[in-house]
Amino acid sequence: MVNVNLMINTELARTILTGFIRSEVTRVGYSHAIVGLSGGIDSALACALAAEALGPQNVLAIRMPYKTSSPDSLEHAELLAKQLGVQCETIEITDVVEPFIRRDPEISKQRKGNLMARARMIVLYDRSEVFKGLVIGTSNKTEILLGYSTLFGDSASAINPLGDLYKTQLRQLSRDIGIPSVIVDKAPSADLWAGQTDENELGFTYEEVDKLLYLLVDQRYSPQECIEAGFDDKFVGAVVSRIRRFQFKRMMPPIAKLSNRTIGYDFLYLRDWGT
Amino acid sequence: MFGVYFLMVRFHPLMQINLALAQICTKLGDVQANLDKHLSLIADAKRQNTDLIVFPELSLTGYVLQDLVASVAHRPLEDDPVFKPLLKASRDLDIAVGFVDEDSRHRFFIASAYLSGGRVLHVHHKVYLPTYGLFDEGRFFAWGDSVRAFDTRFGRMGMLICEDFWHASPPYLLWLDGADIFLLSSASPGRGLNDKEKLESARWVERVTKAYASMFTSFVAHANRVGYEDGLHFWGGVTVFDPNGEEIVHGPYNEEVLVFAELDLNQLRRTRSRLPLLRDERTGLVQNELNRLLSRG
Repeated sequence: MVNVNLMINTELARTILTGFIRSEVTRVGYSHAIVGLSGGIDSALACALAAEALGPQNVLAIRMPYKTSSPDSLEHAELLAKQLGVQCETIEITDVVEPFIRRDPEISKQRKGNLMARARMIVLYDRSEVFKGLVIGTSNKTEILLGYSTLFGDSASAINPLGDLYKTQLRQLSRDIGIPSVIVDKAPSADLWAGQTDENELGFTYEEVDKLLYLLVDQRYSPQECIEAGFDDKFVGAVVSRIRRFQFKRMMPPIAKLSNRTIGYDFLYLRDWGT
Repeated sequence: MFGVYFLMVRFHPLMQINLALAQICTKLGDVQANLDKHLSLIADAKRQNTDLIVFPELSLTGYVLQDLVASVAHRPLEDDPVFKPLLKASRDLDIAVGFVDEDSRHRFFIASAYLSGGRVLHVHHKVYLPTYGLFDEGRFFAWGDSVRAFDTRFGRMGMLICEDFWHASPPYLLWLDGADIFLLSSASPGRGLNDKEKLESARWVERVTKAYASMFTSFVAHANRVGYEDGLHFWGGVTVFDPNGEEIVHGPYNEEVLVFAELDLNQLRRTRSRLPLLRDERTGLVQNELNRLLSRG
């Protein structure tokens, strides 16, 4: 097996990412940020970076449990919010989600999970208006590439400081930045139903898939070269297929071109235009 | 002794340059705000007896301009509202700025202008427009078509912009054209985070700029910007290397700062007396081989 080194200089990552949050929040006239705190590692890191960038008093962490959410998740979120000194609110989403679920007895776990993720998005964007803060994204590079997210749910945010870090890199940064080990070391879970874990659902570990993604995406290996480097061919095939299949989750909806100048094709400006 | 003194005066009217490198953050597409920052930093530099201040690539406009290009373009002329105050300020100290130049036929170039004594001494148009990976310059800009050194009150200089010096030929041409002081400017997006101390992009640029100073036994100053544009991060870390390839100054990473360096131009003579790479450079051989390569069709 080829040796893949995913280690990063975490001090440098921390400097760049806190600078990014500060720059992108303040240049649009804001000084506050909002993070949905799940009790997991991704949102913990996003919250810690935002607190460092903007000052903890300017960060609002929101816990949004559903009735089946693990009590550990709530507890870990609280632990982190206290450690960081950020403001914290708890808004249950059960009452928001239940009426939808009751309408359809046939509803799948998947659909329930999507409803919860989207309900949380609604809460975050609503609180964002009140708190006058930008919503900080918590999606990492691994899940973005694998499409392991709910479109317009947990993938929705104003800015995303974590989207170019693989899960294993994010763990390294979280440890170095002082996220409690009880959060860093537990099995990653979307916590959309009891006992759910990312790695069970995906069918492989983050450690395995991150190495493969790093070769495929960052190092531009062909799938065949990854197999020659020691990865199982079915695993490579499944991952390559996931990357392609979920491209739609990584894009704005395409606009059908009619005019000479169309948003997305030839009307090109950065979001930071004029700032 | 008199003869030596005479020679040095002839080639380098001033034997020392107090150089300032403006490691700044810009507002994307807001030329007036960027101009105000330039004028303020020029005033700061003047108070500190600076002879020459160098700004980064596209310092008056910001970097990822895309469809903003036409709206931020200016011409380096006396009656241009942006260049007028800059030219006025250049009566006190020399200024190298980055901007979008629009020619009379409305082609847009990534450009650097060298201003001195109220005049534009030289304009360089970027000759290599990266259009790969995260870069899309060739889509929005015209390619410059010359690389020329120019005379200043400090001696002969050359200016290059970012990708220009990722290629070896533009610095080489400036060297042959008489440049002893290279003013390199960048808006270099940071990339290649790994477990090393510095980003890959920073390591690469520092390696080549140091190499040019060593190989061309010349002064090489690199001005780079800081700040963010969307998710892109510009890392700063301005540097100046002397003709021995030794670092004179290294600015901090990621901070907006004015970095000062003293260039002792007598070092050119001392280094080239020891290491006559310029004297021994076989330009005829280069020409013969280039002719052979180009005639292959």
